[in-house]
Parts: sequence; structure tokens; C-alpha cells
Amino acid sequence: MIFEGSAHTFGRDVDTDVIIPARYLNSSDPAELGTHCMEDIDADFVARVRPGDIVVAAENFGCGSSREHAPLAIKAAGVSCVVAASFARIFYRNAINTGLPIVVCPAAAHEARAGDRLRVDVVAGVVTNLTQGTSHQADAFPPFMQELIAQGGLLPFVKARLDAEGAA
Amino acid sequence: MGHTIVEKILARAAGREAVSPGDIVEAKVDLALANDITAPIAIAEFEKAGFSHVFDPARIALVPDHFTPNKDIKAAAQSKILREFARKHGIEHYWEVGRVGIEHVLLPEQGLVAAGDVVIGADSHTCTYGALAAFSTGVGSTDFAAAMAWGRVWLRVPETIRFVYHNRPPRYVGGKDLMLHTIGLIGVDGALYQAMEFTGPAIKRMSIDGRFTMCNMAIEAGAKCGVVGYDETTAAYLQERPPGSRGRDGGVECNSDPDAHYVREVEIDAAAVEPTVAMPHLPSNTAPAASLAGVRIDQVVIGSCTNGRLSDLHQAAELLRGRTVHPDVRLIILPGTQQVCLDAAADGTMAALIEAGGAFSTPTCGPCLGGHMGVLADRERSVATTNRNFVGRMGHPGSEVYLASPYVAAASAIAGHIATPEMVGAAGAASGSGRGGRS
Repeated sequence: MIFEGSAHTFGRDVDTDVIIPARYLNSSDPAELGTHCMEDIDADFVARVRPGDIVVAAENFGCGSSREHAPLAIKAAGVSCVVAASFARIFYRNAINTGLPIVVCPAAAHEARAGDRLRVDVVAGVVTNLTQGTSHQADAFPPFMQELIAQGGLLPFVKARLDAEGAA
Repeated sequence: MGHTIVEKILARAAGREAVSPGDIVEAKVDLALANDITAPIAIAEFEKAGFSHVFDPARIALVPDHFTPNKDIKAAAQSKILREFARKHGIEHYWEVGRVGIEHVLLPEQGLVAAGDVVIGADSHTCTYGALAAFSTGVGSTDFAAAMAWGRVWLRVPETIRFVYHNRPPRYVGGKDLMLHTIGLIGVDGALYQAMEFTGPAIKRMSIDGRFTMCNMAIEAGAKCGVVGYDETTAAYLQERPPGSRGRDGGVECNSDPDAHYVREVEIDAAAVEPTVAMPHLPSNTAPAASLAGVRIDQVVIGSCTNGRLSDLHQAAELLRGRTVHPDVRLIILPGTQQVCLDAAADGTMAALIEAGGAFSTPTCGPCLGGHMGVLADRERSVATTNRNFVGRMGHPGSEVYLASPYVAAASAIAGHIATPEMVGAAGAASGSGRGGRS
């Protein structure tokens, strides 16, 4: 999984209410959610973002509500992956579970400027800033999470477990 | 080396002798819950993954509380998904409007949570039940879907931060003020991935409702859970749950060992905490209510999963009885459950709040998340006893939310601006450490 795109930068504590405002949560349709992504923090985001672009943020990205609509909206808006200095814990789980690639890399997150071209190798955990000519190693996922990702996410993992136990 | 309460609960749920922070465990789930916002995605994922049945229809709760009574056609369609799934799978804990309440007030009240339980919920404020010496944490829809099928959840055992609250808080200072003060101290990611254990004399003396409020807002410091150890207050609350309920009969008493390892200890003098407000747009952006008297307001919301219990409404009525809401202010009361409504009606609390000029709502999350029943326009301001004041949280992205206790909210409703109870003529703060001799 290698992604290349322009950086859209945000500060710290980007909460899920601004990623996808609750007034749109009467729908679970990712395409519809995607059209309102980041609306309350960056009104032009959806118009500006190009398929494959990368969201870059400082600490505690995705704090607040547990709404899985947040990673779904980011994906549906065309974002390929999110690089942050840190993620709020429920968002972190939700991103893994919904297949939104995320990378924890404080150095790259703090250094990137809006519009920088980034290349993110999610498996190797390397974030390259092509504009600035720098490269940073991201935090590795714990082995258990790597196994989850390798099995295609949490539900395929659980399904395989239950099938193996003859319970499903 | 001893263990913290969270380590003990997770070890038991994982069938292990002991666990340590950083361990990944597969914990047995005693209760899994979701609501009308998060369950529809979970149900779709559950069915897409090919699961045919839930692990235990008695250990799943589906609570249509966010956009109910259905606020529009799309919301009605989402509620219908829950209803049909609940019927199809014989989910025992499902309530229609008229019986439903705000999930984190309703489930403990109904005795669905016992001490020592592991609870996961597709709602970030699931951390509320830590007040009952349980481990409870918020997850997303897919995690909930997995738990419905599997009856287990994978968790990283968190480090625990121990908060010690010394002395007695002053009059009109309660769990909400202590928690806002704490979040102000450590920041909105001050407990990221960690457990917050609340201890000390002020917690020992605190009511179960105050503990619910504190644990409810652990997520606002980034925590995985908030927890208070088991004591006579926990026991007394659980004893009053419905006969035969898990809360009353199924609990395991659990406390941290004296030699448990904490990643950090934070000591707070409760006597020095003032009525506290979190200003826009972060719960950590705190200031004493007394310093914000220049902030004029349009709306006051009292209730929610944070402060929608009977004692919260008692505090509001204590100030509002015989008074009137300021002409420029809309006061909305959001009781936690139908039982709270009945109790408030029976003891005159409801009448006092209505006579003061408040609108008494049916239980719903409603305006807390800008859903319905009190959404704000551009440049409008609300004081709310809810839990979040992010940009756009209660409506227009240009609106503002100030988080506060029921006392401060009620005083503000009377004054038309942010106010302490003393500012609207309530008896002064007599107790406390002697610091802050305002009158």
C-alpha cells in the first residue's frame, strides 16, 4: 500500500464532529457522508481534495464521538490515508476496522505544509515528503493489529475464528 | 506487585491470572450496546460479513435515543433498522419511545450493568459505567458488530492514571466541576489510551450520580475508561436495581490493590475547585464560572447522559423554584429516562422547572449533538450540562457551547449570562478550604 498525493494539513484535536457533523448522521451512506467531510473546519475541503490526497494532522486526530461515519466520510471524500502525530483511540480502531489507512508519524505530521507532495508506504511505515525532500519512519502497528489488517479487518478475522470453532 | 481495578477486571474477562498494561487481550463482553446512529452501520456490517445470529440476545442493548422521537424521515429509517434487527434476533434490551431513555442513564438504571463487568458500546460515552466499578469503553460500529457475533472484544490493557481528590468540594461544586477542572488540567488527550481512576476523600463522599458524571467525561480527556472502585455507595445503588437484574445480583466487587502500579498520579484539592465552565471549543478550555459573567447566552440545556439524572434536575430546581428564566433565554430540560421524568413529576421538580419557564423534553440526546430539540443558529450561545463544546456541536458552526454543572446552568438561565448560584442570590458557599472568599 503506497499512496502519493497532496497534503491537506490540520492542527491538533480535530474532532469527529467537524470531520462529519452530527446533523448528517441521519444517513449511513458513505457517498453522502463524503460530501460533507470536514465541512465545519474547512468548508472548501471537499471541493479541493483530489482522489489520493492525504490528510495530515497534529495530535489527537479524531477525538470525540465514536461515529464510524468519520473514517467512512474521509475515505468517501477520496482521501487515501491520514498521517497524524497521534490519533484518538476510538478513531484509531475505527480506521483499522473500516480500512482507512492511518500512519502515526509525529515528525512527518509536524513538518508537512499544505500542498506538499507526500508518498506514504503504509506497510513499511515510511512517509516521504517529496516537496521538502525528507523521509520519516512511522510507528509500527502492534503485531496483533497487523494480523487483523492482513485478514482483511476485524469482521473477517472474527468470522474465521467463529467458523473454525464451528459456532457460526 | 498489585494490580489496578481495570487490570483485574480485564484479566478475569480474558480468563487470565493477571494482565499488564500493553497486553492485548480478548475479553468476554458482559454487555454490548449501540444506538440509532451507530447501530445501522453495525447491522449492515454484521449482515455483510455473513453472521446469522448474535452471541447472546440478553447481552445486547439497542437504544434508539439520539434522533428519537424520530426527527425526520431519514432518522425514522435508521430507527426502523434497529427495530427490525431487534425483533429478528430477539434482542431483549430494546425500547420504543415512551420507554426508552438516554442510553447511559437508562442501562445502569435498569440494572443492566454490574460491578466488575466489561461493557463496550458504540457510543463514546459508554465510559460512564466505570462509576459502578466496571470496565466500560466506547468503540465504533464495526467493533460492536464483531462483539454481537463473537461476544468478545480485543483490547489493549491500558495504563492507569490515579486521580486523588482531597478534601471536600465547596457548596455548588460537584462531579461536573471536578471533571471539567481535571480535563482543564491534563488536556483533551491528557489520558489518551489510558484509564482514569478517581479516588480520594471527595470521591468517597460523592454520590453515584456525581461518579457517573465524572466517568462519563473520561473520554473528553482521551481516556479509554474512567473508573471508581467498589464501595458502599456502589453497593447501595446496585441493591436498588430491579430484582433479578444483573446489576443487583451479578456483580463482582473489585478494587485496586494498595501496591498497584499507576503510570501517573494527579492530586487535586477539591476544596479549591470553583464552579467551572469549559469555554468553546474544547472541554479542556476551562475557566471559573464567576469570571465569565460578561458572556450573554441564548439557551440553556440541562440534562443529557452527563447530567440527566434526578439529582441533576434537583440541583436545577433548587435554584429555579419560584424564579423565572431570563426573558432572552430558552431553557430546555433533557431528562435521562422516563423514570427520571416520573420521579421529577412526583416530587414537584418538573413543575418547578416548567413554572420557571423551562421546556421539559422527553428523554433524547437531541440538541447535545446538534440533532434536534434545541439546535443553535449562527452566533447563538448555549450553556449546557452536556459533554462537548466542539465547533458546530449543538448546531451552526458559528454557534458556541459553554459546558457547566446543573447549578451553573440554572443560575445562568436566571441571569441571562453565565453565572454562579451566588450571583443569582443563592446562599453563599460556606464550606470548603477557606480559599476563594467570594460572596
